[in-house]
Amino acid sequence: MATEHVQPAETWNWLTGRFTLDWIPYQEPILIGTFLGIALGGLIFLALMTKFRLWVPFWKNWAISIDHKKIGIMYMVLGFIMMIRGFADAIMMRAQQAMAAGGAEGYLPPHHYDQVFTAHGVIMIFFVAMPFVTGIMNYVMPTQIGARDVAFPFLNNFSFWMTVAGALLVNISLFIGEFARVGWLAFPPLSGANYSTGPGMDYYLWSLQIAGVGTTLSGINLIATILKMRAPGMKLFDMPVFTWTALCTNVLIVAAFPVLTATLALLTLDRYMDFRFFTNDFGGNAMMYINLIWIWGHPEVYILIIPIFGVFSEIVATFSGKPLFGYKTMVWATSCIMVLSFVVWLHHFFTMGSGADVNTFFGITTMIIAVPTGVKIFNWLFTMYRGSVRLELPMYWTIGFLVTFTIGGMSGVMLAIPPVDFQLHNTLFLIAHFHNVIIGGVVFGVYAAVTYWWPKAFGFKLDDRWGKRAFWGWFVGFYVAFMPLYALGLMGVTRRMNSYADTGWQPYFIVAAIGAVIILFGILSTFMCFYVSIKNRKALACGGDPWNARTLEWANQSPPQKYNFPQEIQVTGRDMFWKMKQEGFKWSTDYAPIHMPKDTATGVLISAFAFVFGFAMVWYIWWLAIVSFLAMLAIGIGHTFNYNRDYYIQPDEIAATESKGAAA
Amino acid sequence: MTMLDTPVTGKIEGPDGPDHHPDHHHESPTPIGFWIYLMSDCIIFGALFATYAVLGFSYAGGPAPADLFEPGFVAIETALLLISSVTFGMAMLAADKGRLDTTITWLIVTGLFGLGFIGMEIYEFRHLVHIGAGPDRSAFLSAFFALVGTHGLHVTGGIIWLVTLTVQLRMHGLIGANMRRLSTLSMFWHFLDLVWIGVFSFVYLVRLI
Repeated sequence: MATEHVQPAETWNWLTGRFTLDWIPYQEPILIGTFLGIALGGLIFLALMTKFRLWVPFWKNWAISIDHKKIGIMYMVLGFIMMIRGFADAIMMRAQQAMAAGGAEGYLPPHHYDQVFTAHGVIMIFFVAMPFVTGIMNYVMPTQIGARDVAFPFLNNFSFWMTVAGALLVNISLFIGEFARVGWLAFPPLSGANYSTGPGMDYYLWSLQIAGVGTTLSGINLIATILKMRAPGMKLFDMPVFTWTALCTNVLIVAAFPVLTATLALLTLDRYMDFRFFTNDFGGNAMMYINLIWIWGHPEVYILIIPIFGVFSEIVATFSGKPLFGYKTMVWATSCIMVLSFVVWLHHFFTMGSGADVNTFFGITTMIIAVPTGVKIFNWLFTMYRGSVRLELPMYWTIGFLVTFTIGGMSGVMLAIPPVDFQLHNTLFLIAHFHNVIIGGVVFGVYAAVTYWWPKAFGFKLDDRWGKRAFWGWFVGFYVAFMPLYALGLMGVTRRMNSYADTGWQPYFIVAAIGAVIILFGILSTFMCFYVSIKNRKALACGGDPWNARTLEWANQSPPQKYNFPQEIQVTGRDMFWKMKQEGFKWSTDYAPIHMPKDTATGVLISAFAFVFGFAMVWYIWWLAIVSFLAMLAIGIGHTFNYNRDYYIQPDEIAATESKGAAA
Repeated sequence: MTMLDTPVTGKIEGPDGPDHHPDHHHESPTPIGFWIYLMSDCIIFGALFATYAVLGFSYAGGPAPADLFEPGFVAIETALLLISSVTFGMAMLAADKGRLDTTITWLIVTGLFGLGFIGMEIYEFRHLVHIGAGPDRSAFLSAFFALVGTHGLHVTGGIIWLVTLTVQLRMHGLIGANMRRLSTLSMFWHFLDLVWIGVFSFVYLVRLI
C-alpha cells in the first residue's frame, strides 16, 4: 500500500488547463474510501433535503440571510464540519506515527503523509478556529452592545460565503489533484515553483486568499459595528469584556491579514509569473517570506485566543454571580496583548541566524506577553473567589481551560528563551506547546461559548450528560495525546516525521494515539449532545435568561427575533442587563417601526464565482478564470445599482411576534 | 469597494420617509468602515514597500534603477495623478453645492487623468519587459513590478468605480447614498495619490540620486 504516488506529467491544453484524468487519485484506496464515504453521505443529505423540501427554506432563511445571528450560526456549522475533516487528518497522523517505527513504513506513504499534516494545520487554523471565533463574535457581539445587526450586513454574508468558498477549495483538493506538502505556513523555496510543481501548493494559495478576503472584510465590519452601532448611552468602558476582546481581535485581523494577503500574493507571483521574491537565485530571499508570514502568523494566534479570553470572562462572571474582577485591568491587559503580539514574530525562528541581540529582544518581548496574560488568569480566579460558583457545563470548560492553558503558557515561556529554543525548535515539544494553548485555550473556549450561548440561540439548554462526556473526552484526551509529545520533544524528536528508526519512541507515540482516540470520544459525544438536546428540546426549553446572566444579549427572547430587541435600550453602565433586572425592567408595548436591511443573494453568487475562479487558477484554466472573474465583477457592480436595500418592521408586526415569542 | 456601502437610508423607496425616525440615532458607519478598509490596504502597501526596501538592491547582475528610470517620465506620470486629485476635489466641491452636471464633468476629467496615468504605467512596464528588465530578471525588478503594479491595479479599480458612480449619479442624482459613495471614492482616490507619493519618493526619486 505504501507505494509512492507518481505525479502526472505536466501537460496543458486550453480547455482543461493542466488537469488530466491522471490527477484523480483512484489508485489510493484511502482517498477512494473517503471519497465514497463523503459522496454517499452527500447523496443521502441531498436526498433528505429534497425529500423534506428544505432547499427553498435553506436558500431563503439561511444562504441569503444577512442576519448576523444566522451568519454566526452558519460559521459555527462550518467550523464543526471542518473540524471533522481536520481531526480525521490528526488521527491518521497519530496512527501512522504509532506504527512506523524501526523500519516499518506504516500505512501512509510520504507523499500522502506530507499532504495530511499540511492540510491538518491549514484546516484547523483557517477553517475551524477562524470560523469558530468569527461565528461567536458575529452571534454575540452585536446583541451585547444592543445593536440590531452589524454595521454592514451584506458584507457579513459575503465574508461568510468567501470563507466557505476557501474551505470548499481545500476539500476538493482531496479528490481532484493533491494538496500542498509544505507544512501549514508553506516556507519557500520548498513552496516555490521549483520544488512544489503540482497543483497542491496552488490550492493552498487560492483557498487562503479567497477565505482571507472574507476574514479581512469581516474584521472591518465588526470594528465599525463596535464603534458605531452601540446602544445609546453605552460608553466604551461600559462594553462587556467579550465585546472589548472582539474589538481587539478585529483590530488585529485588519492589521495582520493584509500582510498575509500580500505575502501569499508575492509567492503566487513567484509561482505563476516567474517573479524572484523568494527564489534561491536572481537575488530572491526566502527569509523575507519567513519574516512576513510570521508578522501575520503571530498576531493570528492572538486573533484566535483573545476573543476566547472574552468568552471566559463572561462565563466566569455569570456563574460566580459577581461582576468580573478587574474589568479595567482586563481591558488593558487585552490591549497590551494586542500591541505586543506584533513585536514577537521573530521567536518563531530564533535558529535562523538573526544573532544574539535580535533574539534577545524578541525573547524578552515574548516573555513580557506572559504578564498581561497572567493578569487575566488571576482576574478570573479572583472573580470566582468568594463567588457562589455554579458548576454548569460552561464552567467545566472554563476550569479545564484555566489549568490547561496555564501549563501551555509556561511551556511557551520556556520556548521564548532563545538558548532553550535552539534545543526545542522544530521538535514535538513545540507541537505539544501550541496544541496545549490552542486546544486548552481556543477549543475549550469555543466549547464553553457553544454551551453558554446555545440556549440563547435556540431556546433550549444542551444535554448535561453528553455535554460532560464531551468535556471529559477532550480534557483527558488532550493530556494523554500531548503530554507524550512534550517528552518526545525533549528527547529531540522532530515534527512531521513519516517514520523513525528508534523503537524506544514508539510507546510514547502509541500513548499519544490512544489520546487521540479519547478526543474522538469527546467529539462524538459533542454531536451526540447536539442530537440528544435537539430531540429533548421541549424538556430542555428555557427562557430568555437561563443562566441569570449580566449582559444585554440575555435581555431579549431566546432565540431572539430578527430585530434582536423590540425597543432600543438606554445604557447607563456596565453589566447593564444585571442592572435592568435589579430595577425590575420590563419591555414596554409601545413599539416604533424598526429599520432593517433586506436579504440579498449577491454574497453567495460572488463567492460561488470566487470558488470557480480559484479552481480555474489552480489548474491554469485561463478562460474559466477570466470568465469567473468578470462574473464576480459584474455581480459586484450590479449590486451597487440596487438602492432599495432596507425596509421597516411596523409596530403591529413587532407586537405580534413579541407576544407569540413570549407565549412559546 | 462600493460593497462597503450600507443599507441606503436616502430618500428612495423607503416606505415612510426614513431619516426622521426615532430608531435612527446612528450616523452612517460607512465613512469609518471605509477608513478602516483604507488602513488595511495601507498595510498591504506597507508589506510591498518593505519588500522593495529589502530586495530593492538585489540586482542579480541585472539593471539598477539608474539604468531604467527616466525622471522626466515619472514626473509627468506623477503630475497626472496629482492633478487628478485636484480635479476630484473640484467634483466634491460641485457636489456639495448640488451641481450635478459640474460634478459629473469633473469626475470625467478625473477619470481621464487617471487613464493617462495608467496608460503611461503600462507603457513603462511594456518597455521594461521589452528591454529584458521584466519582473523575472531580478528580485529588485520583482519588487518594483509588484509595488507599482499593485498601485496601478488600485487606480484601475478606482476608474471602474468612478465610471459606475458617474452612471449612478446620472440615474439618481446627488442623493444621500450617492453623496456617501462620492466621499468614499474621494477618500480612495486621495489615498492612492498619497501612496503614489511614497512610490515616487522611495521607488524612483531616492534611487536616482
